[in-house]
Amino acid sequence: MATREIAGKTVEVNDEGFMANPTEWNQEIAVAIAAEEGISELTPAHWQVIDFCRKSAASNGSAPTLRAITNGAGVSTKDLFALFPKGPAKKVARISGLGKPEGCV
Amino acid sequence: MFIPFGIYSKNDVIKPKRDFVPAGVELVMSPIELIDADHNRVKLSNGQTLVYDFLVVATGAQIHPEQTPGLQEHEWRKTIHEFYTIEGALALAKHLRNWQGGRMVVNVVENPIKCPVAPLEFIMLADSYFHGQGIRDKVEIIYATPLPGAFTKPIASRHLGDILDKKNIKVVPEFMVMEVEPDAKKIVSYDEQEVNYDLLVSVPLNMGSEAVGRSGLGDDLNFIPVDKHTLVSPRYPNMFVLGDAAAIPTSKAGSVAHFAVESFSENFLRYIDGLELLPSFDGHANCFIESGFGKGLLIDFNYDTEPLPGHYPLPGVGPFSLLQETEMNHWGKLMFRWMYWNLLIKGQELPLPARMTMAGKWKN
Repeated sequence: MATREIAGKTVEVNDEGFMANPTEWNQEIAVAIAAEEGISELTPAHWQVIDFCRKSAASNGSAPTLRAITNGAGVSTKDLFALFPKGPAKKVARISGLGKPEGCV
Repeated sequence: MFIPFGIYSKNDVIKPKRDFVPAGVELVMSPIELIDADHNRVKLSNGQTLVYDFLVVATGAQIHPEQTPGLQEHEWRKTIHEFYTIEGALALAKHLRNWQGGRMVVNVVENPIKCPVAPLEFIMLADSYFHGQGIRDKVEIIYATPLPGAFTKPIASRHLGDILDKKNIKVVPEFMVMEVEPDAKKIVSYDEQEVNYDLLVSVPLNMGSEAVGRSGLGDDLNFIPVDKHTLVSPRYPNMFVLGDAAAIPTSKAGSVAHFAVESFSENFLRYIDGLELLPSFDGHANCFIESGFGKGLLIDFNYDTEPLPGHYPLPGVGPFSLLQETEMNHWGKLMFRWMYWNLLIKGQELPLPARMTMAGKWKN
């Protein structure tokens, strides 16, 4: 497994750039990955979604799909696209230190 | 999907179920009211209650055009079509026969969908059909998909993307439709991209059975979570889910259901004898894709291995080529129609292994 340094910490990543080990994640890493994704600031609305995804993945073993996020995190699909433009489920999974959502088949 | 282009008729695709049920099996036809898994019983809409020791759920997936604003309104079956129901396919066939050309947009609302290659196959057949009608130069074909490319997995996406490119079919990736504006004839995405159309062919949202939702067994889309290798429910050890009804990370496709049933049947016989389930299902899918002009493609993949180029089923020999357009693949698809009605649906064995093999594939 490849490793890379994000926000001063060395973490394992897969070949698509998703963190392989969610326990290595912290909030500074989220901020750094968000910046790479073109999101310059993580607002409370962003964190609400990130927290939901972290909790959902911890209990289900994988990153939630877009529909699971909108149903579960109390955010509309339109707002989710505004917060995490272009492929929000994938983007928020990356920022949250989770694997790619399994809905993508 | 063959009906819109006049390749198949209604009678080619609908046969009475009774013809395929073996003697000794009691067939009860009724909608399901509720699956009461806590008490091992199924309540049917005809008033009957079926009590079970083991339950196999195979309730499939259905389209839900009403979930997308503007889709199923006054332009439905006029300038807006689908090909996932017999009524829809026939209406589209009629529309295409008289169509003079313009911009045709094929749009997938959300994944997963029944047969992820179906929209691609549809646009390639459409390309070929419009050539045959002599109007291809008057038709623009656009494929708007929520995926980042033509297909779900990178290597197949690249190969298929190249093929679409050569056929002059434009892909609009990462397009997540929010609504259809039937009067302005455009689809609008959540991030405010717009695509105009003259003819919209939609692949509406796919969901599992409403009975599954009512019974509290499903996920957000009414698909039932199961172990992806044994297909047993983690909540109810006497409940199995086969085919599209299962929430497993593989394609919702007939070939997946076929391979799943094959490994499940052996496993189930062990299970009722008190033996442990073997994690035998590998997510294997194997699909012929008609690409028009008498040619076809073939893809073969599973949970861990994406579709790769190569030969199938015999390594280096074929006769079928993976991820390439050949006439042999087209003949394979035609032969498959006979195999489907005469062997497959009757549960007779096909001369192909249920588990995927890497022999004959290459990662270029």
